[in-house]
Amino acid sequence: MARITAGVGSSHVPLLGVAHDQGKERDDYFGPIFAGYEWTRAWEAEQKPDVVILVYNDHASAFDMRFIPTFAIGCGEVFQPADEGWGPRPVPAVEGHPDLGWHIAQSLILDEFDMTIINEMDVDHGLTVPLSMMFGKCAAWPVKVIPLAVNVVTYPPPSGNRCWALGEAIARAVASFPEDLNVQIWGTGGMSHQLQGARAGLINPAWDNRFLDLLEADDNAVRHIPHIEYLRETGSEGIEMVMWLIMRGALGRRVKRLHRHYHIPCSNTAIGHIVLEPAQ
Amino acid sequence: MTHTDIHAYLAEFEDIPGTRVFTAARARKGYHLNQFAMSLMKPENRAAFKADERAYLDQWTISEEAKSAVLARDYNALLDLGGNIYFLSKIFSTDGIAFAEAVSTMTDMSWPEYRQMMLDGGRSPEGVRSIREGR
Repeated sequence: MARITAGVGSSHVPLLGVAHDQGKERDDYFGPIFAGYEWTRAWEAEQKPDVVILVYNDHASAFDMRFIPTFAIGCGEVFQPADEGWGPRPVPAVEGHPDLGWHIAQSLILDEFDMTIINEMDVDHGLTVPLSMMFGKCAAWPVKVIPLAVNVVTYPPPSGNRCWALGEAIARAVASFPEDLNVQIWGTGGMSHQLQGARAGLINPAWDNRFLDLLEADDNAVRHIPHIEYLRETGSEGIEMVMWLIMRGALGRRVKRLHRHYHIPCSNTAIGHIVLEPAQ
Repeated sequence: MTHTDIHAYLAEFEDIPGTRVFTAARARKGYHLNQFAMSLMKPENRAAFKADERAYLDQWTISEEAKSAVLARDYNALLDLGGNIYFLSKIFSTDGIAFAEAVSTMTDMSWPEYRQMMLDGGRSPEGVRSIREGR
């Protein structure tokens, strides 16, 4: 049986992809950021997951304003790194897992989550930057990836509560897949940042750290944070953190925290990540 | 399941200082502007835009006001006209300007001042959470 063995929440700042691709991981600016991921890279190398369900948002790369799916799942064989306006990142193509992807898509729809199914799309920094952060440079990614794209650009995005419930449904879907697979789920985006208007540059370390605390907690208070709180406290783009709740919802009531890291700044953004595993 | 009052939900967004939440109203207003910006993902369109910005803009059904704001790279005006930052970023990518530098032009700071603010830990949320409540 397939099982979700761990969850990772992580920022997906595009500048980290640039730093990685240009060999700047050890410089003064990026050093403390990449140092925070060293533990996680070693852990991933040990864990050797077969598949990652990678929750992220597209940033006007694969989707424009013509189609705005709230939850979309990638069921294709392969996803190419997107050209975001300056050429695609020099990273490997992302191999999908159509058998598990379609199984999850079907299960979710039967479970009353009406997913959009995607067979072909390019994937942008929201998906490829977390892969680089967790696996470093590689000739081929060591995992298969099921992209799960969430609309957090056009309002309203899904509620935190709905994201959490989707995570629970994903866990049920994975558990009913007959093949023996080690599956991780990653929620990406955030942490506090605002990229627009006179309030741009907003960073709220107290709130971000409280959010990380709530992810570790065994109640589910974090799922009920309303959109307006993310907007006021963490900036207009901090809303991306609702995607972490899909990951958290998939892990069950109790979790054990294996690693946590937080650093300011990275470009316009507070960067953080957390590694959790389900606890009995 | 809890029911959210859509009117109250949307009204709160207008209470955040210096922020335009990308609501459906803004998305509708800025549809063609954002699709114009999206077109700059293609190298041949970037070349055409750079060669004659005005002529390229004239191929799109966007208002004169929006065209002027694009030509002036007035990103706050473009936000007011329904532009979304991820779409507008195609314009500053075409200009070869870093994301953070373009973002700084929407604030009351110069790019070096903004960059220094970020290095110093970013903008505090104190006082910019709510217009109504002044917190």
